[in-house]
Amino acid sequence: MVEQILPLSVQGVSVKKRGKTIISELDLELSKDGLTIIMGPNGAGKTTLLRLLHGLEQPRTGKLDWNTNLKTARLNQAFVFQTPIMLRRSALENIIYPLTLKGASKSEAMREAEKWINIINLEQSAHLNAKLLSGGEKQKLALARALATKPQLLLLDEPTSNLDGRATKEIEALLNQTRKSGTRIVMTTHDIGQAKRLADEVIFLYHGKIHEKQEAISFFKKPSTKEATAFLKGDIVE
Amino acid sequence: MSDIVNGMLGAFRLIFSLDADLFEIILLSLQVTISAVIIASFIGMPMGAWLAVNRFKFRRLTIAILNALMGLPPVVVGLIVYIFLSRSGPLGVLNLLFTPTAMIIAQVIIITPLIASISHQAIRDLWADYHDLLISLNATKSQRIFTLIKDSRRSLLTASLAGFGRAIGEVGAIMIVGGNIDHLTRVLTTAIALETGKGEFAFALALGFILIALAIIVNLAIHSISKTERASTW
Repeated sequence: MVEQILPLSVQGVSVKKRGKTIISELDLELSKDGLTIIMGPNGAGKTTLLRLLHGLEQPRTGKLDWNTNLKTARLNQAFVFQTPIMLRRSALENIIYPLTLKGASKSEAMREAEKWINIINLEQSAHLNAKLLSGGEKQKLALARALATKPQLLLLDEPTSNLDGRATKEIEALLNQTRKSGTRIVMTTHDIGQAKRLADEVIFLYHGKIHEKQEAISFFKKPSTKEATAFLKGDIVE
Repeated sequence: MSDIVNGMLGAFRLIFSLDADLFEIILLSLQVTISAVIIASFIGMPMGAWLAVNRFKFRRLTIAILNALMGLPPVVVGLIVYIFLSRSGPLGVLNLLFTPTAMIIAQVIIITPLIASISHQAIRDLWADYHDLLISLNATKSQRIFTLIKDSRRSLLTASLAGFGRAIGEVGAIMIVGGNIDHLTRVLTTAIALETGKGEFAFALALGFILIALAIIVNLAIHSISKTERASTW
């Protein structure tokens, strides 16, 4: 039985990069269930916060308190990057790779990878070099690669920012299925429509701090800060 | 001009006459060079990968020295290896001087920095691409190095071929440590040097053309086996 890595408590965390404070004294409680969307203007620290949760950024101050030890927490989460990073291998091998890193046998990994290739409808391109796939296909593959490892927490950084409507719809459908299966999802997006379609909870980041954190329905109905109100209206928020 | 034409004709004549001495020289050239390339690749590639993924105090200096060593003068390498392997040298008891093994040792020293440096550049670029993903997937340091070597194998092949190119055409070091002994350590390059010294330009040129043809054939064979330069791999 794998230990539950959530809830997570983030306490007084700051991140500085090249002398600039990106995340400032941030506190956050992340529950076990649901889909949280992090929104905010450019430079608010959305990507940095996500990377911090995943261990790709180290905090200058403060700490992240997982429900379990750090190693177990790291092993039970997955990250999907805004620009998908594809291994110079076939689509199928891209899914096999993290499974073998986790200790799966070749045949197990192959079975699981074939299952995910079918789920994302990439059977025709399974043996094609992943670098040759379209943007939407690469992002679906990156998501499948992340989900194949059965993460308890899935972090996605603007997963549909460069995709057309059809690819976005496919990714969102997959995310909805993932949420139903019990995987906790935290993602960033600029797309207010997408946030309305997917979010259970919204975090509004502004200048590296959490300005608002509330249920999606109430956030979109009545944001409590003027910056979030302006952001939702489509005004330029600096 | 007539020397060149005569040389080419001589090369064909030599090959089609199935001269046993010539094939012995060709085989020894290939044996020494391919052995050196394999050994140098096993040393240079992990070294290049290690340098690409690790940050340490004198990293820049190490890379600068490695790059500078790509231009190691073969004669100097030959001389140093000679001193080490000579009877009065620290490795004299091994009795390796004037043997193909000594020639392999000298060539390994010459081409390892070249293979390591080209490997480092190729793997560094791939590491920049893979960095976040491999950390995100919790790959250990050795898994990262193995993945980077595996996925940059086509660039690494270029590194090995560059090493092969330098080794097969090398004459200074292997002349010193091999001694150009007939039926023992004579290879194509030392044979060319010998024939040139004797004034046998046509024969030397014929050997030279065979040497060039050999380098091209090996390159083509390796590209063909490794399936590089195909549209589906672009």
